Amino acid sequence: MLTYVLRRLFIAIPTLLLISVVIFFLVDLAPGSPASEIPLTVPPEVRAKILESLGVNAPFHVRYLLWLKQFFWVEPMYAIDYLFGTDYAQGAQRIISYSSRSPVFNIIIERLPQTLTVIGTAYAVAILIALPIGIYSAYRQYSWVDQLGTFVSMVGYSVPTFFTGVVLIVIFAVKLQWFPSIYDTTLRITDWGSLWKQIHQMILPVAVLGLYNAAEISRYTRSSMLENLSQDYVRTARAKGMSERVVVLKHVARNSMIPVVTIIALGLPGVFGGAIVTEQVFKINGIGAALIGAIHANDLPMVQTITFITAILIVTFNLIADILYGVLDPRIRYD
Amino acid sequence: MKMRTALLGAAALVAFAPAAFAERGADGHVNVLYWQAPSTLNAYLSSGTKDVEVGSLVLEGLAGFNEKGEVIPRLVESIPTVENGGVSADLKQITWKLKPGLLWSDGTAVTSKDAKFTYEYCTHPDGGCAQAARYEGIASIETPDDLTVVINFTDPKPNPYTAFVGATSPILQAAQFANCLGAAASTCTEQNFKPIGTGPFKVVDFKVNDVVQLEANPNYRDPAKPAFATMTVKGGGDAQAAARAVMETGEFDYAWNTQINPEQQEQMAAGGKGVFLNGYGTLVERVEMNLTDPSPDLAEGERSTTKHPHPFLTDIRVRKALSMAIDRQTLVDIGYGKAGRATCNLVPAPELYASANTDCIAQDIEGAKALLDEAGWKDTDGDGIRDKDGKKLHILYQTSVNPVRQDFQAVIKSWWESIGVEVELKQVDASVFFGGDAGSPDTFQKFYADVEMYANNFDGTDPEPYLAQYLCDKIPGPDNQWQGENINRFCDPAYDALVKELSVTADMAKRGEIAKKLNEMLTKDSYVVVPLVDRGRLSAASNTLGGAVLNTWDSELWNASDWYRIK
Repeated sequence: MLTYVLRRLFIAIPTLLLISVVIFFLVDLAPGSPASEIPLTVPPEVRAKILESLGVNAPFHVRYLLWLKQFFWVEPMYAIDYLFGTDYAQGAQRIISYSSRSPVFNIIIERLPQTLTVIGTAYAVAILIALPIGIYSAYRQYSWVDQLGTFVSMVGYSVPTFFTGVVLIVIFAVKLQWFPSIYDTTLRITDWGSLWKQIHQMILPVAVLGLYNAAEISRYTRSSMLENLSQDYVRTARAKGMSERVVVLKHVARNSMIPVVTIIALGLPGVFGGAIVTEQVFKINGIGAALIGAIHANDLPMVQTITFITAILIVTFNLIADILYGVLDPRIRYD
Repeated sequence: MKMRTALLGAAALVAFAPAAFAERGADGHVNVLYWQAPSTLNAYLSSGTKDVEVGSLVLEGLAGFNEKGEVIPRLVESIPTVENGGVSADLKQITWKLKPGLLWSDGTAVTSKDAKFTYEYCTHPDGGCAQAARYEGIASIETPDDLTVVINFTDPKPNPYTAFVGATSPILQAAQFANCLGAAASTCTEQNFKPIGTGPFKVVDFKVNDVVQLEANPNYRDPAKPAFATMTVKGGGDAQAAARAVMETGEFDYAWNTQINPEQQEQMAAGGKGVFLNGYGTLVERVEMNLTDPSPDLAEGERSTTKHPHPFLTDIRVRKALSMAIDRQTLVDIGYGKAGRATCNLVPAPELYASANTDCIAQDIEGAKALLDEAGWKDTDGDGIRDKDGKKLHILYQTSVNPVRQDFQAVIKSWWESIGVEVELKQVDASVFFGGDAGSPDTFQKFYADVEMYANNFDGTDPEPYLAQYLCDKIPGPDNQWQGENINRFCDPAYDALVKELSVTADMAKRGEIAKKLNEMLTKDSYVVVPLVDRGRLSAASNTLGGAVLNTWDSELWNASDWYRIK
């Protein structure tokens, strides 16, 4: 198992390097320039100076290697300095965003809390709803619960979040005025009152994202359960006189979890990467909003760094999913 | 009768409110929404309006502009002029006198050294100062004493109100920014996000592109202001959501730049929780004519250059006909509603410089047709498109991707087709169109099209640099990396001479006269620039927010110190 994990980690290094080159190329070659953010009232000479000071004019490979060094060497040193109060970095140049002229990692850290709370909660809620619905609707196939579950998940899956988000805002924030339409990132939870306020402002975005994620997970759970329910071992278990509860929840559910775990694990990087649309709609200003803002502003260091972190997370969670298979199904061995 | 009394009472209360609650911080909290969130508060590192305006709550210039475009004192006793001796007779020197006893928000004294430092900060050769244009033409800055700033210009400067005037040219605290000169500017994150200023508010917390929390500056020069103790400037979402948060849900007190279509404007106004504020500056949406040949048959490096004049747009009758076919009021109704008005001027304001030219307002399809006939463009083969010497009257019309611009393109195309001009439309992503990349064929400077549409304005109240963009030597081309501003490739020696005259004229009335003439030379005398809509600013203010006055000449938050809560 350990050798397997080590081997996978080793293979991940060239994969990630390749990904970083591709992302850098794509973002760099994409049409558009940070200059488009500078208003036309700024004279061309001044414009040229601004671009020069951003470092946009350096050749591609220089910028890429600099970024690589900053990402894997300078930034970790700053992190160590921050954690242990040392001074290894010695003021080395960090990855600086074009639009705010501040370190990209500071912005990411500033934005992680709201992304993790809102998107993470939505994901947890989605799993908690989706699993029971998926299991029950497979067990009682074509019952009204199954029909309702199918309907809701079809709606949840096919209606985009920019639509459900705006509809919920118009109904619950504008017409009924029950919930705020704008998320307050400055709220500090200090007592019950502020905790309630936090929950209050999270309800709409969590509902939108939760519905979307739950739809997907419940469909996978249901189909996987259906496949297992008709297997021989289920008949054997029942013949042995096991209760339905044990048959469904212990034998069938566990065996059905493999595809579900993959789906859940592969969705997790999205929790860190944020949900671009939902964050925009509810003004949550997390990682997703930072990414889309950076894309609009042609803020290359920001786009590159966020997408690369997402790539790392995807590779990591793929590995975690693979390891979890072995835990769930003892027949799978990685030796 | 009772109703009337009650209303009068309410009106009286509103009128006396600022006087009655004239105490700093008495009105609690105010929420402001900038849907494009501020990325920095240091105007010298960003030319974005959002950054400059939010920064203006903290950092101020020596003087500013009011909503009429007049220069008003902020940190100085009075505005120096030639009459009061503050500006030398040869227009090469201006002397500003600071108010005595001014303090930064950290309690230290504001001195003339800070102004001099700010000049050095922005003009440092290794820095990319976004507002460098405000400090152009300065030979030296002297500080004879702590309260006197003397600026010496290299040449006579008829408009000396550039350096240290307005939100784009604020004074930085020398002590705070001492280590941030030149290339070090971007390492000063703490300073750029939490500048120490003289403005009505000071920064408590700054989250990039998300939210700024401010509190009343304890050392603000007017002890009774600001009325609000704290302020939050939140960002995120889009213009429509921002308008909704003020006009419909009432969550916010003020929303910046709520530019939405006329239909939505009416819908939101029906929400009843706020009002739209509008003001007109100098932003004009226009169609620009290419006087050179953009034909793809020409070699790269010769396309759209002065080597090849345009086959038909060099004929003023064709340009005029195209202008006459446009109904500008319809364009306003489609795209801007309350936030726009039809115009024929390139310089629509300030009043002193705005020509009374309204020739183009009335649409005249028949006149346009007659003019094209006269120019020799006739439909000889009966296909509905005019032709001359075997060439069809075909126009490639480009603009940036933007819903309003695409509506305009479609409508204008139909008008031009009705006078027998074949129109091909092209849209370019805004980040490419305005990106200025010399390697891209789609930038507005390269102008590989016959006509193109976009909006432009000028910074401050003086149109001289703006009108000087149309000089012969500012024509973009391969030799200057396509960086010129004269994108029409207009070249008229008489125009150049008049711009030169403007640059040495100090008398305001005379300046106005020359600017009007220059404006007319580009518009109604030549139709090289065809202005369409004078685009105003549209922002939303809650009914409970008092004192908000939209100012298009300075920061929109220029008078945030005077804001108060209507109770």
